[in-house]
Amino acid sequence: MKVQLILATKVKGVITITPEKSLQDAAALLTQHGIGAVVVVNPASQLIGILSERDIIREMAQNPQLSSQTVDQVMTQTVITGTPEDDIYSIAHLMTEHRFRHLPILEDGNLIGMISIGDIMKAQRDMYRGEVNTLEMQLLADDD
Amino acid sequence: MSPIGSETNPLRVAIIGAGPTGFYAAGHLLDQKKIVVELDMFERLPTPFGLVRYGVAPDHQKIKSVTKVFDKIASNPRFRFYGNVELGQHLSVAELCQFYHQIIYTTGAQTDKRMGIPGEDLQGSHPATEFVAWYNGHPDFRDYQFDLSQESVAVVGVGNVAVDVARILCRTREELLKTDIADYALEALSQSRVKEVHILGRRGPAQAAFTNPEVKELGEMADTDAFTLADEVKLDPLSEAAMAASADRATARKVEILQSYAHRQPTGKSRRLMLRFLVSPLELTGNEQGQVTAMKLVQNELYATESGSLRPRATDRYETLPVGLVFRSIGYNGVPLPDVPFHHKWGVILNQSGRVVDETHQQPVVGQYTAGWIKRGPSGVIGTNKPDALETVECMLADLAEGVTLQPENSSPDAAAAFIAQKQPNYFSYADWLKVDEIEIARGQAVGRPRIKFVMAEEMAAAIGKPLK
Ligand SMILES: Cc1cc2nc3c(=O)[nH]c(=O)nc-3n(C[C@H](O)[C@H](O)[C@H](O)COP(=O)(O)OP(=O)(O)OC[C@H]3O[C@@H](n4cnc5c(N)ncnc54)[C@H](O)[C@@H]3O)c2cc1C
Ligand SMILES: NC(=O)c1ccc[n+]([C@@H]2O[C@H](COP(=O)([O-])OP(=O)(O)OC[C@H]3O[C@@H](n4cnc5c(N)ncnc54)[C@H](OP(=O)(O)O)[C@@H]3O)[C@@H](O)[C@H]2O)c1
Repeated sequence: MKVQLILATKVKGVITITPEKSLQDAAALLTQHGIGAVVVVNPASQLIGILSERDIIREMAQNPQLSSQTVDQVMTQTVITGTPEDDIYSIAHLMTEHRFRHLPILEDGNLIGMISIGDIMKAQRDMYRGEVNTLEMQLLADDD
Repeated sequence: MSPIGSETNPLRVAIIGAGPTGFYAAGHLLDQKKIVVELDMFERLPTPFGLVRYGVAPDHQKIKSVTKVFDKIASNPRFRFYGNVELGQHLSVAELCQFYHQIIYTTGAQTDKRMGIPGEDLQGSHPATEFVAWYNGHPDFRDYQFDLSQESVAVVGVGNVAVDVARILCRTREELLKTDIADYALEALSQSRVKEVHILGRRGPAQAAFTNPEVKELGEMADTDAFTLADEVKLDPLSEAAMAASADRATARKVEILQSYAHRQPTGKSRRLMLRFLVSPLELTGNEQGQVTAMKLVQNELYATESGSLRPRATDRYETLPVGLVFRSIGYNGVPLPDVPFHHKWGVILNQSGRVVDETHQQPVVGQYTAGWIKRGPSGVIGTNKPDALETVECMLADLAEGVTLQPENSSPDAAAAFIAQKQPNYFSYADWLKVDEIEIARGQAVGRPRIKFVMAEEMAAAIGKPLK
C-alpha cells in the first residue's frame, strides 16, 4: 500500500503559510481548515518548515506573548517529507518512532499534499476491514 | 412536490460500472431506512461483476462466490441493471443528469501501467491486464494472441496479479479443466511449450506485494517446481531492521516461505518457476522480426528514503535473461470518462472522499460521486471496496440532506428506461444475466467444470433466446 492511495481521495495541494505571519494568523488558519499542522513556505513556494498545533502549545507553555510571535520563530525547521511512492507501513512506523503526526508529500520537488496519522490509520483500518469483508462474504456464500 | 427520497419522489441514482464497488454502493444505498432510493446500474459489458468475472483467476473459484451477495442486492425491486450500456458510448453525463439526482462512477481501472523501457512494444511483450482478460473470456480480448510456443517467460512485478499470471502459465491441462477459464484459452494453454517462468521483483522479499496464501500456492502446483535464489531472499540489514521494528508476523512468514524455496531440490516436474528479487528490467531486445528474445536486467540494492521507505537503487551488476514472452504486471490504471474531471498521472477521478471535484477550484461537482479503484487507485481486495463505497455513500446522503442534488427534468424510472432502450436497444437486464448464468453453470456441470463462459454478447443473446436489434 502506497501513500498515493491516501492522496487520491484528498484535496490536491496543501494549506501553507509564510514565515513572517503571526501565530495568531497560523492558529486561525488551522481552525478555519480543521487541520492540525500547516506547511511553512518561502516566497518561492519551497518548504522551509512545518508548524503544528503541538508547536504552538509548546510555545504557549513558555511564552505568554504568544500571538505576536511569528511563524518562523516557532516552526519545526527540520522537516521530514515523503513521496506518493512511500509504503504506508513505513510511514506509520516513522510517525510512531519520531512522534509526529503530519508528513508533507513532495513529488518531483513540488509540495503536493500532506498526510496525517489519522489518514494512515484509516487506510490501514480499511485494508483490514476489506480482508475481513472478503473472507466473511465467502463464508456466508458457503453457508447457502 | 414531496422531498427527494420519499415514497412518491424517490432518490434516483445512476451507478456506472457493475464491479464489486458498484454493488457495495448499491447495497449501502438500499440499506437506508429513512430514504427511498431507486437505482439504475449501467455496465458496458452484458454481464455484471467486473473483475470478479474478468480479473479473479479462474483457479480461484471460491472467491467468486462473493457474487451471491451481489445477486441478493440485485434482487431488490428498486434496483435495475442495464448491461451492454457504456457511459461515453451510449449515454453521456449530460443525459444522465436529465434523469437522476445523483451519479456514482465505479468504473474500476481498465488499463495498465507501462515500464517505460526500450523494447517494451516488441512483439511478445504484453501487459498482464490483456492476458488476464483474455484467459477470463473478456469479450474485448477474445482475439488477442500470446505466443505460448516460447519456452521462457518473464512476469515483471511481484503483486498478486503477477502471481496469478505465473500460476496460470504453469498449470497443467488437468488443473485448468477444473476451472472456468475461457475455452479458447484452455486450448491454447494446453498446447503451451512454456518451461520457465521468471517473476521479477525490483525490491526484496520483505517488500513483495503478494500475500502469503498466494505465494504458498506457487509451491504446490502439480507439474511446476518453484524456486528462489538464496542470495536474493536473504534479508539485507535495512529490511531486517524494518521487520524487527514492525513485528509484522505476516511479512516474516512470507520471507520464511520464500527462503524455504531456495533450499528445494528439483523434483522432476516439467516446469520451473523462479521468483527473483532485487532486479529491474532495463531493456527488452528482439530479433529481426521484432519479436522479443531477451531482457536486460540490473541488480538492485535497497536504500532507505528520508521517510523510511526502502527503495531499489541500481548497482553496476547486470544480467541478460533469454525470454520470448514478457508480461508486465506492475499495476492497473484508470481511464478517464468523458466530461468527468480526472487526475491523469494517478489514473483516478478527481475527488475528495468520493465527491467528484472540478479541476480548477477543486470544488464538488453537484450530484457526481465516485468509489472503488477509479476513486483511490488500483489497490485492495474485493472487500476493501465496501468501506470505500460507504465513505462515498455517506457524502451522497449528507449532500441530499443539504438539498444539494442534480435537478433532473424527468425522474421517472420508466422515462429513463425508455430513453435507454432508445440509445441501446440491446441492453441486458439482470433477468437476462441470471439466465446466462444458469446456462453457463449447466454447461460446466455437464463436464465437471464450475461453468463454461460465453464470451460475446451475441452468443449470450442466442443462448437465452434474446433477439438482438
Ligand atoms: C487480475 C486480478 C485478480 C484479482 N483477484 C482478486 C482475488 O482473488 N481476490 C480479491 O479479493 N480481489 C482480487 N482482485 C481485486 C478486485 O478484483 C478489485 O478490488 C475489485 O474488482 C475492484 O472493484 P471495482 O468495482 O472498483 O472495479 P471493477 O471490478 O473493475 O469494475 C468496474 C466495472 O465498470 C465497468 N465499466 C468501466 N467503464 C465503464 C463505462 N464507461 N460505462 C459502463 N461501465 C463501465 C467495467 O466493465 C467493470 O465491469 C483482483 C484484481 C485483479 C486485477
Ligand atoms: N488473490 C488475491 O487476493 C488477489 C489477486 C490478484 C489481485 N489482488 C489485489 O489486486 C490489487 C492489484 O494487484 P497488482 O498485483 O496489480 O498490484 P500491486 O499489488 O500494487 O503490485 C504491483 C507490483 O508491481 C511492482 N512495480 C510497480 N512498478 C514497477 C516498476 N516500474 N518496475 C518493476 N516493478 C514495479 C510493485 O513493486 P513495488 O512494491 O516495488 O512498487 C509491486 O510488486 C492488489 O491489492 C492485490 O492484492 C488480489
